[in-house]
This record gives sequence, C-alpha cells and structure tokens, in this order.
Amino acid sequence: MDIKKYTEKILSALPKEAVKSVQEFRGQVSLIVESERIIDVLKLLRDRFGFRYLIDLTAVDHLPNEPRFEVVYHLWCHAEKRLIRVKTFAKGEPPTISSVVGLWSTANWHERECYDMFGIIFDGHPDLRRILLWEGFDGHPLRKDYPVEGRDEKRNN
Amino acid sequence: MRKEIIKLNVGPQHPSTHGVLRLLVELEGEVVVSCDPDIGYLHRGIEKLMENRTYHRSIPLTERVDYLAGAANSLGYILAVERLLGIEEIPPRARYIRVIVAELTRIASHLFWLATHGHDLGAMTPLFYALRDREVIMDFFEKWAGKRLFPNMFRVGGVAKDFPDGMEQEIRKFAEELPEKMKDYETLLTKNPIWINRTKGVGVLSIDEVLDWGLSGPMARGSGLDFDIRKVDPYLGYDEFDFVVPLGKNGDTYDRYLIRLEEMRQSCRIILQALDRMPKGDIMIDDYKVAFPPKEKVVNGEYLIPHYLLVVKGFKTPKGEVFHHTEAPKGELAFYIVSDGSEHPYRVKIRTPSFVNLQVISKLAKGRLLSDLIALIGTIDIVLADVDR
Amino acid sequence: MGIEQSGGILVTTLEKVVNWARKYSVWPLTFGLACCAIEMICTAAARFDIARFGMEAYRPSPRQADMMIVAGTVTKKMLPAVLRLYEQMVDPKWVMVMGSCATSGGVFRSYAVVQGIDKYLPVDVYVPGCPPTPDALLYGVTKIHEKIMQDKWLTKKYEHIKFPEKVKS
Repeated sequence: MDIKKYTEKILSALPKEAVKSVQEFRGQVSLIVESERIIDVLKLLRDRFGFRYLIDLTAVDHLPNEPRFEVVYHLWCHAEKRLIRVKTFAKGEPPTISSVVGLWSTANWHERECYDMFGIIFDGHPDLRRILLWEGFDGHPLRKDYPVEGRDEKRNN
Repeated sequence: MRKEIIKLNVGPQHPSTHGVLRLLVELEGEVVVSCDPDIGYLHRGIEKLMENRTYHRSIPLTERVDYLAGAANSLGYILAVERLLGIEEIPPRARYIRVIVAELTRIASHLFWLATHGHDLGAMTPLFYALRDREVIMDFFEKWAGKRLFPNMFRVGGVAKDFPDGMEQEIRKFAEELPEKMKDYETLLTKNPIWINRTKGVGVLSIDEVLDWGLSGPMARGSGLDFDIRKVDPYLGYDEFDFVVPLGKNGDTYDRYLIRLEEMRQSCRIILQALDRMPKGDIMIDDYKVAFPPKEKVVNGEYLIPHYLLVVKGFKTPKGEVFHHTEAPKGELAFYIVSDGSEHPYRVKIRTPSFVNLQVISKLAKGRLLSDLIALIGTIDIVLADVDR
Repeated sequence: MGIEQSGGILVTTLEKVVNWARKYSVWPLTFGLACCAIEMICTAAARFDIARFGMEAYRPSPRQADMMIVAGTVTKKMLPAVLRLYEQMVDPKWVMVMGSCATSGGVFRSYAVVQGIDKYLPVDVYVPGCPPTPDALLYGVTKIHEKIMQDKWLTKKYEHIKFPEKVKS
C-alpha cells in the first residue's frame, strides 16, 4: 500500500474535526492535529493502527508566529513498518499541552526535556522538572530568543 | 529490628557510571527501593549550536554526540541532510565506504562496551583483549582520516577521502580474524559462572515493556523484538547485504551480552561483503552546489568559486522537515531537521538511543541489589554525551 | 643527582631525590568527563601502557590521587563537582587539562559549557587536541614529570585556589 492510500485510510478513521491538515514532504506524512484532541488521536493511532512505538517527542519554536510552540510526535508501527509524524501547537502562556505519559512511559523524559528546553508545560505529567539543566537555571535555552552563549555573563566567562 | 532507608549518591564521579551519570539511589539494606537518574552533567547545547551553523559545519558536532561511535552519528546526520536535499543516489564507492566505516564503528563501540561492562562486573582481562582489537580500528581511522576517534570524513553527497592504498586488504584481514579473536572473550565470559550469576535474570524486560519504554537497539532485540532499522527501513542499501539480526529470548543482561557479540560477527560479514562489491570510482556527487569539488581541482576557478561559496556560506535547503533514523550501535539514532530554506537548520532534534534507553533503569533497578545496578548501567550501554547532548 | 665513582655512593639533594621518586609514582584520579576519557582509557590499556610512567594506579578516590586529568568538556552543571574533587585531593597535586574543551571550551561555545577550566583550577599542563591522541597525553605526562623535578617543595608554600562567588556547591 503506498503512502497516500495509507494516509487516507488513517484519516478516514480519525475524527474529522481533529485533523486540521496533512503535509507530505520527502515521503513522510505529517498530521497537524488540534491540540485539544491530541490524546484522542495518538491513542487511536496506537491502539487501532499499531503505532506502539513513540520514537521521539520534541518541540519547535516558531518565534514571531502565533501560536509559537509546535509539539512534534514521531510514531513507528512495527507491524506495518511505517513512520508517522503528528504535530500540534501548545497554546497559552505558559504554553500548555496534555501529557502523553499515560500512553507511553517513554514520554516521561522527552516531556521533561521539552519543559527544560522550551518551557512547555505538560498537563498531567507526574514529575515535571528540569532534566538536563540544573534547578534555578534562568530561561529555556532552545527558545529562539535565548542567546547561544547564555545570559549569565559572569558564569560564562 | 530497625529499618531505615539510606540515600546514596552514585556519581557523578564514579568509576562504574561510564562518565558523569549521577544516580540518586534509596536503599533498604542492599536492596534498591528507588533509583532516580540525574543527567545533564555533560549537556553541551549541541542542538542550539547546530541552529547557528551551516549544515557542513555541524558535522564535527554530531560526531561528538556519541563519542564511542562518532562516524555512526555523523552518518545519521548526513543521511538526514541528504534526504532534506533530495539526494537519493551517491556514487557506489562512497556508499560502500560509508557502510564499512559504520560497521567498523559498531564493532569499536561494542568492543568498548564489552571492555567496560566486563571491567565493572569484575572481569579485568576482557578489557585488555577488547581494547587490543579496538586499537586496530582506531589505526584504520587514523590512517584514513588522521584522527582516531572521530574520522569526520562523511560529507553531504559522499565521503571526503578515499581509503589509502592497501587499507582494503587490512580491513579484510581484520574482519576475517575478528570472529576468531572473539573466541577469547567467549572463553573468558560466556561460560564463566561468576559472569552468568551476575548477568542471568538481571534486568529482565518483556516485549510490552520494551514498546512502552520506547527502547531500541540491543535493548529491544534482547527481549525478542525484531527491530533493526537496517532491516525494517533500509538505508545505504543495507537490504542488499546478507546478515542476521540476533534476537534474545529471556530479555536479560546475559542475552543482551550474547546479542552484542553476535552483532560484531554480523558486522564483520557485512564488511566482507561490502569489500567484495566495492567498485573503483568517484566518491562524491558532482553537484557542486552542495558537494565539495575534489581537492586537487580546487586551484581552477571553475571549482574554486563553488568551493569557496560552500565553505563560507554553505548551501540552501528546501523548506520542509525530515526525519531520518539509522541503527547506531546503541540503538535508534534519529535526526529531525526543520529547515526554513536558509543555510542554517531551523531546528535539529537528535533523538539519541542512550537518552531513551537510560530512563528504564529506574524501573529495572527497583527491588534489585545495589550490585545489580552496576550490571544494569553496563547493559543499557550508555554514553553520557549521547544522553545529554 | 650525581654518582660518586668510588664506593658506589649517591650524592644528591633531598629535594631532588624526593622529586625523582615522586615523578614515577603519580597516581591519577579515575575521572573521565567526555570523549577525552576514552583516549585516557586507551592510554592506560596495553598498547600505550601508561605504567611505563608509573601512572597505572588510577585512583577512584580523590584522597588517594596526586593528579587530576580533566579529560573532557566541563559543563556548568559539572563544575562544582570538579572543584570539589580538586579540593579533596591532598597536596602536592597537579592538574593536567586534556583536550580543547577543557582548555578553552573548544567547539562548544554555548550556554552550558565552561569556557576553560583554567579560570577555576591552577593548571599545570595543557594537552591540545580534540581529542588528543594517547601519544599526546603521554607527552603531557613527561611535561608533568619535568615540572615535578623542578618543584621546590622544601621552601614553597602552597597557594590555595579561590572559588568563584556564584558557583553552586
């Protein structure tokens, strides 16, 4: 089954209002999903289509645009040997989105890293605290308005 | 009898944590009640640095992500960039060089794992044997690239340098001899009662747990999950090679040990097949907008100007996003690159195998003895730069 | 040191003979931070054999170590631990910096990396490279030996390092 047909098959099973659009680039499909429905969509993909392996969870900062933070999930289906990318936006200030730790335990550290690097709050995460940087670090370094060499000049030099 | 929970700090400076891992362990006697890894002691901000560099200048950074398998990491990055650019074919000789170097790196990484894992569990001799064989690979890299750990020779569209004269024969000799030499390790460890006692039944994972925790590489295959990206999503023409993906039955530390040994043998097979099929010819595509022109021609203006522009400004990529995963020695290594059409990547996410695999340790260590914790750190095969990036 | 020809008598100063003994029994701290630690382990293994220089006894405890090889990137999160380890070592002690990251931050000029450990520790020898080869590390060891031989330990007072103000301990 080629990628277009397979995407259509998935789309027909997903709730219509949940998926905003579909992008395809270099043979990889991205579903752009309403942030309120992200848990439903991921659960459906996991249980019904066999995307049981959450490869990666990350975020992208689109600074001048609103909403600013895009959260990206990469899923892999072992049975069909297929990759799918699900994207959504974390809205609000601070940016908030539901946690998927209930679906995959592996999301725990991924979400902590996103919180550490972007300051995205994952609603329902059991233990949301900084993971790579220390407690008390000022700012979230992977945001686009954070300088590469850090803000605290004294400790940098 | 009074029961008390002791809080113990293992690391960040500890000989068995393979670097700067810190584990906050709560003990009741010898039994681990909870184990909370504290990572980030080697967080160097590679993802942020890559956003501010051209695509080519990021290659040395990616090699330093997993410093035991430098070439495997830059390979993953290069393949992701090539996918972003839409380069599908590179000259066959370059492709085989990449395969050979990637597999040599896998062997080197596994040998170092064997050395340190054995050393942590009290077997000193494998360290010297494994490092003896690893030095041969380091010599290959030094001869080819001038550097031991990080060859830094993969470029977008090919490789920077061909193998020097006579190296193909040396690699062939190494790949033929290594399975014989590995019998030394087997006699030292495989049937050693101490080794069996310390590894069998330690760190058992079922397939459901593997899927739940997102494990990959030997951690997943030890539990019997048939997941090797070289087979399921082939890149670099891995589907043309004849090799077996070893699978475990019990999902414990001992099975993962056997799997890694078998993977080294299979890597030798791949290297020998690649050497047999390797043709002579170009090692770089001739699209000088993205690939470097050959060095000896750069004196000529026709080649000098594209070379200069490529070094100073870099190349532009189409707007879009790609995800490319490869089978690194430690598991699934993936690069997710978002491009906004400029010379710099807008965002690079490095999905490293160690980061994901390490978090299962808090589950595995619970209820085990403290000495098992050291076996667990070894079996997950972490590299702290790979965890922290 | 000079050897008197008659009667096999060795004439030397106390400082020199102690330094000579000390230089062949430098015990390094088992302390790897990043990539350079791998090359440090290779140096200790059979091929390069650091035991030729009397350094095969790697000590995991800083209280037993004489020399700290800062092998790899020092991040700001790791810095307090590095300083603590240095403090716990007993005098006389030496610091060898291995690789460009520890020397100057190297390629990692970012928010998380200390741009050179020499701002916090008194460094004796810098070994350049990314990572330095084992040969380079051994050359650095011989440089440490030269330095030890010139050590005026009878008359010198040890200067203690000053800690920066804002470091979390």
